[in-house]
Amino acid sequence: MLLPDAERLLADLTERIRREISTDTAMVGIHTGGAWLAERLQRDLKLPLPLGTLDISFYRDDFDKIGLHAQVRPSDIQFEVEGSDIILVDDVLYTGRTIRAAINELFDYGRPGSIRLATLIDRGGRELPIAPQYVGAVLALPADKMLALEKSSTDKLSLRLYDKALRDND
Amino acid sequence: MTNNPQLNKSGQLQHLLTTEGLPAPILLTILDTAESFVGVTERDVKKVPILRGKSVFNLFFEPSTRTRTTFEIAAKRLSADVVNLNIAASSQSKGETLLDTVNNLSAMHADMFVVRHSQSGAAHLIARHVKPEIHVINAGDGRHAHPTQGLLDVFTIRHYKRDFRSLRVAIVGDILHSRVARSQIHALTTLGVPEVRVIGPKTLLPSKVERLGVHVFHQMAEGLKDVDVLLMLRLQNERMVSARLPSKEEYFKYYGLTQEKLALAKPDAIVLHPGPMNRGVEIDSAVADGKQSVILPQVTFGIAVRMAVMAILAGH
Repeated sequence: MLLPDAERLLADLTERIRREISTDTAMVGIHTGGAWLAERLQRDLKLPLPLGTLDISFYRDDFDKIGLHAQVRPSDIQFEVEGSDIILVDDVLYTGRTIRAAINELFDYGRPGSIRLATLIDRGGRELPIAPQYVGAVLALPADKMLALEKSSTDKLSLRLYDKALRDND
Repeated sequence: MTNNPQLNKSGQLQHLLTTEGLPAPILLTILDTAESFVGVTERDVKKVPILRGKSVFNLFFEPSTRTRTTFEIAAKRLSADVVNLNIAASSQSKGETLLDTVNNLSAMHADMFVVRHSQSGAAHLIARHVKPEIHVINAGDGRHAHPTQGLLDVFTIRHYKRDFRSLRVAIVGDILHSRVARSQIHALTTLGVPEVRVIGPKTLLPSKVERLGVHVFHQMAEGLKDVDVLLMLRLQNERMVSARLPSKEEYFKYYGLTQEKLALAKPDAIVLHPGPMNRGVEIDSAVADGKQSVILPQVTFGIAVRMAVMAILAGH
């Protein structure tokens, strides 16, 4: 299956977001793919607020079933969340459960003025009422496939498709 | 691996009873997870929902304020419900056995027991007895082990010193009666610290302590030379009664950590103490409150480490 070029989708997303932000907008990326994207967006859009990253492991709704992820990374939010204008970034939007967890975690830092959602790929299959404002591309994928963002040694981003059985899914 | 009562059939942590025999990857997962919880405890809302609806029972058969409080805070920051039981003052004095107490609390749908007991092996006994969905954390059993203290000490060391494989660590004081020292030694050697020393008078060192892979010193002047980390132990007053030591003053003279003795270690050496401190016995106030002391950060990190242990156990 031919996958879209992640760099082109990101460039396109960057230009669309550029028209709708101010210097008070903060980027928050969800580990790991979303954090890479948010870092690039923050840099290319020259946003002054420090980049935020979230690891939603402690907020997942399937903890009882799968336990704690072996590699939990620290969440890092250095700007004042109270009243802030946040763009939450993830690589692949699917069930919406990750975004639910991320929004809950953000609220434990403060009450944001607004949160928008940007994603490189929307693969449908929503199980919660979550709607993105910025989407790179919509892709219909079989349920047994998992789509992940990868970063090369030269920081080039690309998409890769896995069989779900071979990799634990986020 | 199947012989280790702390691990389940897949080799995952089921109970935390001792740092002895725990593989390095499990120790490192606990430390890395604790790193994420440090961030949580610095936020406005110092709470995550991960143990929502779970019940943690603190079973303290031996008095403790600090350890019990930090376990209680850790459980509450994970959104668990916490029940504190000081059993010395309850059913046990009416003759109920340890396992009867545990059975009764299990019938109240406990998910996790945190156990402190004066008898070595008490937490093991409970772990072998409970149903597989219940997790047990040893919060100190006799002279045997106090694994979360050992883990928070290595967490603190890693925070300040980064690489375990280049460190010289000295444990100073009453090694003989110290469950903390044993837990520290096992954690440090598993994580690859090349030189662990113990320093103390002969009467307070276990015979054949070298078998644990440590170097033995009886003089601070030799033992502290070129050391990166000093782990001070609390001198328990009851040891004086048992005539293992002549007096507090004499102990302080030879083994109490003063600025002069600390100057024998590396200039950037850090000083840890599990608390509560006996100022003027094992440590001088000038050192305890000095710039090389990391005793208060230890307390803060202790909560994050206990949160990590509970979160990891509850997921298995």
